[in-house]
Amino acid sequence: MAASDTSSAPAAAGRIKARAAAAEFLVRRDRFRPAEALPWLIAIAAFFVFPDRMTFGSQVLVMILFAISLDLILGYAGIVTLGHAAFFGVGAYTVGLASARLGWTEPISGLFAAAIMAGLAGFISGWFLLRYRGLTLLMLTLATAIMILETGNFRSDITGGYDGMPGLVFQPVLGLFEYDLYGRTNYLYALAVLAVVFFFVRRIVYSPFGQALTGIRENVRRMHAIGSPVHRRLVTVYTIAAAIAGVAGALFTQTNAYVTLTVFDFDTSAKVLVMLILGGTGRLYGAFIGAAVYLILEDHLSKLSPTFWQFGIGILLLVTVLFARRGILGVMEDIGRFRSWKDRIRVKPGRIVWSRTQWKGIGMAAFDGALIGLAVGFAANVGRTDLLLAWFTTAPLSVLAWTAAGAALVAAINIGYLAYNERSASGSPPR
Amino acid sequence: MPQIATIAVSILFDGLAYAMFLFITAVGLSVTMGLMNFVNLAHGAFAMAGGYFVVSLTQSYGVDFISSLIIASVLIGLISIRFERRLYRPLYKAGELDQVLLTIGLAFMAIAAFTFFYGPIPKSVPLPAWLQGNVDLGFRAFPRYRAFLIVLGLFLVAVLWYGFERTNIGARIRAAVDNRRMAESVGINVDLLFTVTFAIGSGLAALGGGLAIQLFGLTPYFAVLYLVLFLIVVAVGGLGSLKGTLMAALLLGIVDTAGKYLVAEAGGFFIYVITIIVLLLKPAGFYGRQ
Amino acid sequence: MKIFRWLGLTALALAVGGAAQAETVKIGVVLPFSGANADLGHQIDKAFDLYVKLHAKDIAPHKVEIVKRDEGPPTGAQAKTVATELITNDKVQILTGFVFSPSAIAMAPVLTQAKTPMIVANAGTAWITNLSPYIARLSFSMWHPAYPMGAFAFDKIGCKTAAIAYTDFPPGKDSTDAFRAGFEKAGGKVGLSIPLGSPVQVPDFTPFFQRIKDAKPDCMYVFIPSGAHATGVMKAYGDLGMRAAGVKLIGPMDLIPDNKLQDMGDAAIGTIVMGHYSVDLDNAANTAFKKEWHAAYGKDSYPDFMSAAGWDTMHAIFDTIKKLDGKVSDGAQVIEAMKGWTTNGPRGQVTIDAETRDIIQDQHAMEVIRKADGKLGVRILGTTKAVKDECKAQKIGRCGA
Repeated sequence: MAASDTSSAPAAAGRIKARAAAAEFLVRRDRFRPAEALPWLIAIAAFFVFPDRMTFGSQVLVMILFAISLDLILGYAGIVTLGHAAFFGVGAYTVGLASARLGWTEPISGLFAAAIMAGLAGFISGWFLLRYRGLTLLMLTLATAIMILETGNFRSDITGGYDGMPGLVFQPVLGLFEYDLYGRTNYLYALAVLAVVFFFVRRIVYSPFGQALTGIRENVRRMHAIGSPVHRRLVTVYTIAAAIAGVAGALFTQTNAYVTLTVFDFDTSAKVLVMLILGGTGRLYGAFIGAAVYLILEDHLSKLSPTFWQFGIGILLLVTVLFARRGILGVMEDIGRFRSWKDRIRVKPGRIVWSRTQWKGIGMAAFDGALIGLAVGFAANVGRTDLLLAWFTTAPLSVLAWTAAGAALVAAINIGYLAYNERSASGSPPR
Repeated sequence: MPQIATIAVSILFDGLAYAMFLFITAVGLSVTMGLMNFVNLAHGAFAMAGGYFVVSLTQSYGVDFISSLIIASVLIGLISIRFERRLYRPLYKAGELDQVLLTIGLAFMAIAAFTFFYGPIPKSVPLPAWLQGNVDLGFRAFPRYRAFLIVLGLFLVAVLWYGFERTNIGARIRAAVDNRRMAESVGINVDLLFTVTFAIGSGLAALGGGLAIQLFGLTPYFAVLYLVLFLIVVAVGGLGSLKGTLMAALLLGIVDTAGKYLVAEAGGFFIYVITIIVLLLKPAGFYGRQ
Repeated sequence: MKIFRWLGLTALALAVGGAAQAETVKIGVVLPFSGANADLGHQIDKAFDLYVKLHAKDIAPHKVEIVKRDEGPPTGAQAKTVATELITNDKVQILTGFVFSPSAIAMAPVLTQAKTPMIVANAGTAWITNLSPYIARLSFSMWHPAYPMGAFAFDKIGCKTAAIAYTDFPPGKDSTDAFRAGFEKAGGKVGLSIPLGSPVQVPDFTPFFQRIKDAKPDCMYVFIPSGAHATGVMKAYGDLGMRAAGVKLIGPMDLIPDNKLQDMGDAAIGTIVMGHYSVDLDNAANTAFKKEWHAAYGKDSYPDFMSAAGWDTMHAIFDTIKKLDGKVSDGAQVIEAMKGWTTNGPRGQVTIDAETRDIIQDQHAMEVIRKADGKLGVRILGTTKAVKDECKAQKIGRCGA
C-alpha cells in the first residue's frame, strides 16, 4: 500500500477504486443472488401443484444431485469421466446391502455410509486414474465401472444380480415420516438432502480450493508451475464428487426401495453426462436445468410415443449443440444480458457478393433440404423403403412438395445458425 | 499333446475372425478421433445404417450378399459426407462435450428413425451357399463365414496399409494427424482430407455393420450397443494409428475369445482387465502420440 | 328398418344401463417400447391391441381405456416410476405388461400398498407371484418349460449327457436350475455349465459353443433372452456344424421365437424346444388368433409365445371386467375373480392356479422342421398337460417364501 501512495493522487485513487471493486467482487461472488431462490421455489411449488407426480419428481431430484456431483469434477476441475455411475452404484448398493443383509434400515445414517463407501471408492480409483486425461481417462473410468458391474454379477448370490434386491425396507425418515404411495415423503426427503448437499458444494466451489480447481481446468501446466499440488487437489475433489454421487445413489435406492446392477451401466454414466452438458457445465444450476429438462421431456415424449420418443431427445441435443453451445443456462445468461436488439445484432448486412462460394453454399443447402424432405416424405407417405420406386412414380407432386419443405427448413436453420453464431462471436464471452 | 494344439488353433482362428470384425468397424473411428480430434459417438449409427442397407438390398431387391456389402458401404460413405460437412465441421473446434452431445443426439435419432422404418425385430441376411456351414480340415472344422471374415479383414488391412503408408493421400493424412497447422501451411487441403477420411471410415463402419449381422443379429440399438467395444479398441490402439488399431483388435479379439473358451465364468472380465492394464502402462495406447 | 334398429339399440342400452352403470376401466400397459429389447414389447403390445380391437364389444356397456408407458431398460427403476405414476396420476385400476423380471419385482411393494392388481404378461422369474397378493401371472415361470424338458430330453431325445449354456442373469440361472433338476432326476448327467455373458449385449457365441462341441455332450441346453440373442445362437450353432458333430440343440421356446424363426435358416432344423406356444399349434383358438393377426399385421408378421400370453392376459382381464360388471376398483376382488379363471386360448387350455396365482398350462415338446410350403415350422413331439410351476411346488429357494 505504501508504495502505491507515492504516485499521483488521481491515478492512485482510480487504482484503489478498481482494487476495491475487484475485492468487492471477490467477496460478493459467493453471496446469494435473488435468482438463486427460483429453482427451490419451483421445486416446492411442484410439490403443491403436482401432488400425484412425486414419484417422478423424486427421480428428477436424485438425478439433479447426481448431475451436481458430476459438475463438480467436470465443470470445475475439467475431469471428463464415463464411469461416474460406479460411485452412484456403490452408494446405491451400500444402502441396499445394509438393509437387506445387515438389517440397517435407518435412512439418514445410510446416506452417510453410502457417502463414505463411495468416497473411498473415489479416492482409491482417483489416486490411480487421475494421472491420466482425455480419452484414456474416459476409457479407464468406463472400464472400472463395468468391472464393478461384472463383479456384482459374478457374486449375484450377494447382490441379487440383474434381478436386484426386492422388497428393501427403510425406516421412516427421522423416525417420523412414513413412506407413502404417492412418493410425497420421498420428494421432500430428496429435496432436503439436495439442498444440504447443494450448499455444501456451493461453498466448495467458491472457496480457494474451488478456485484452484478452476485453475487446473484452465491451465494445468501453470498450476504445476506455481507449485499447486495438482494431483492431490484432483483426488480430493474426485473423492468429494464420488461421495456425493454415492449419496445420490443411496437416495435412488431408498426412494425406489429397489436396486439392480444396471445402475452401474454405461447408460447411467452417459445419461448424466448428457443432462449436465445440456444444462450447462461449471454453473451448478446447469445440473438443475439439464436433469429437469431432459427427464421431463423424456417423460412427455414417451407418453406421446412410447416407441419413438428418442427422436425428440435427439433433436433437443442437436439443437442445443447448434444454437446453445453453452447449454440451456448459457442461453439464459445471454438472454439475461440482453439489452436491445440494436445492441445484440452487431453484424451489419453488407452487400452480397455473388461469388462461386455463395452459389455453392446455396446449392448445398438446397441439396440437404431435398435429402431431409425426401426422407420425411418417405416416412409420411409410405414408411417403407422397399416401396421407394412406387412412390416416386405415383406421387411426383408430393415428392416435390416434401423437397421444397425440407429445403425451406434447412434454409431457416442456416439463417438462424449464422445469425446466432455471428452474434455470439461478437457478443457473449467465451466458454 | 495334439488336443492343446487344436484348441490353440481354434482359439486363434475364432479370435482372429472376431478381431477382424473389430478392426474393420473401429478403424474409421480411430482415424476420425485421431485426425479431427472429434469424438464421434454416432459411429455405431453409421454401422447400423450400413447393416440395414444390406438387409434391404438382399431381402427386398434380391442383390447378393457381397455386392450388397459393397453397395451399402459406398452409399453410407457418400451419405456420411453430408453429415460431416453439415453437422460435424462446425464443431471441429468446439469442445469434446459439444461433440459428445451432438453425436449422441444423432445416434438417438438414428435409432428412432430405423425403428420406424424396419421395426425392432432383429434382422438377418441370407448368405450365399459358399459362406454357409464349415470346412473340415481333418483335425478341426472351421466355419466358412469366419474364414471369410479373416480373409476380408486381412485384405482390407493390406489395402489400408498401402493407402496409408505408400500413397500420396496417405502421407497427407499422416501429416495432418501429426501436425495439422504444419500440414495446412505446406498447402495440404486438410478440409478435403477430413471429408475423404471420414467417408472412408464411415463406409468401413457400414461394412462392419453388414458383417456383424451374421454374428449378432441386427436391431436399431446396434448403434450404441457395441460402441463401448469400439471405443476400447480405439483407445488401446492409440488414436489415429492404423497399426495400433490392428494390434488392439487382435489382442482384444484373441484374449476375449480365449477367455470365453477357457474361463467362461469370467468371460466378461478379460477385455476390461486388458484395457485397464494397457492404458495404465501406455496411456496413449499402443501407437498413440503422447 | 333402420328406425327399428335404432329403437332396439336404445332399448337395449336403456335396459343394460338400468342394470349396470357403464364403467370405463383404465388399464396401464407397461412394456419396453424402446431400447435393445423393444421387439419383445411390440410382440405383446400387438396382441393387446388386437384383443382390445376385436373384443371391445364383449364387455359393453363398459369400456376400457389403455394407457401405454415405456418400460425402458431392465433396471426396474424406470418401470417402477412410470407404473407408480400410472396408479397415482393416471388412476389406472389394472396394471399389465412387464416384460422384464426386475420391473415386476420392483413394483411388488407398491402393488401391495396401492392394492392395485398387476397381471404379468411376460416376466418369468419364478418367485415373482410370491412377492405380493396382487400379482397374477398369465405368461410362464422359467420352470414351466425347463423342468419337464429335463425328463423329456433324457427319455425321448436320448440325451444321456448334456451341457448347459445360459445368459448370465437370474432368469438364465432359474431356467438352467430347473432343467438340471428335471434332467438329473430322470438319470441324466450335466457336464459343462457355461455362462454366456450379460443379457445386455449379444456376445460372439462361437468360442462358448466351440468349447461345448469339444466336450462332446449328447445335448446342449441353451437359455438366452428371446431377442437378438436367439438369432445369434442359431447362427453360431449352424456355423460350427454342431448338429453334424452329434450335439443336439435343446432349450425352452425362447430359442425359436416364431417371429424370428423364418430368418434362422436351415441351422434351426432339428432343434427341440419345450414351450407353451408355436404358430403351428393345432387348435381352434390358435387358428382364429393367427388369422386375425395376419389380417391386422400382414402375412410376414408372426405372433410368438409372448404374443399368445399377451392375448390370454387381455382375455383374462376382459373376462374379469365382465364378471365384476365393470367394478374393478377393488384390487383384491379383481385378483379373487381371476383365481381359477380358465380358457381355451391359442396356447390350449390355460388356468390361473387359485393357490399361487400363477398359470397352469400345457407344455409341448416341439422340433423345428421345414414344412411342406418351404417355411420353417415345428412338429409336436409330445405334450405334457396342465403343468404347474414346479419351483413353487417344490419350494425351491425364494419360491418357498
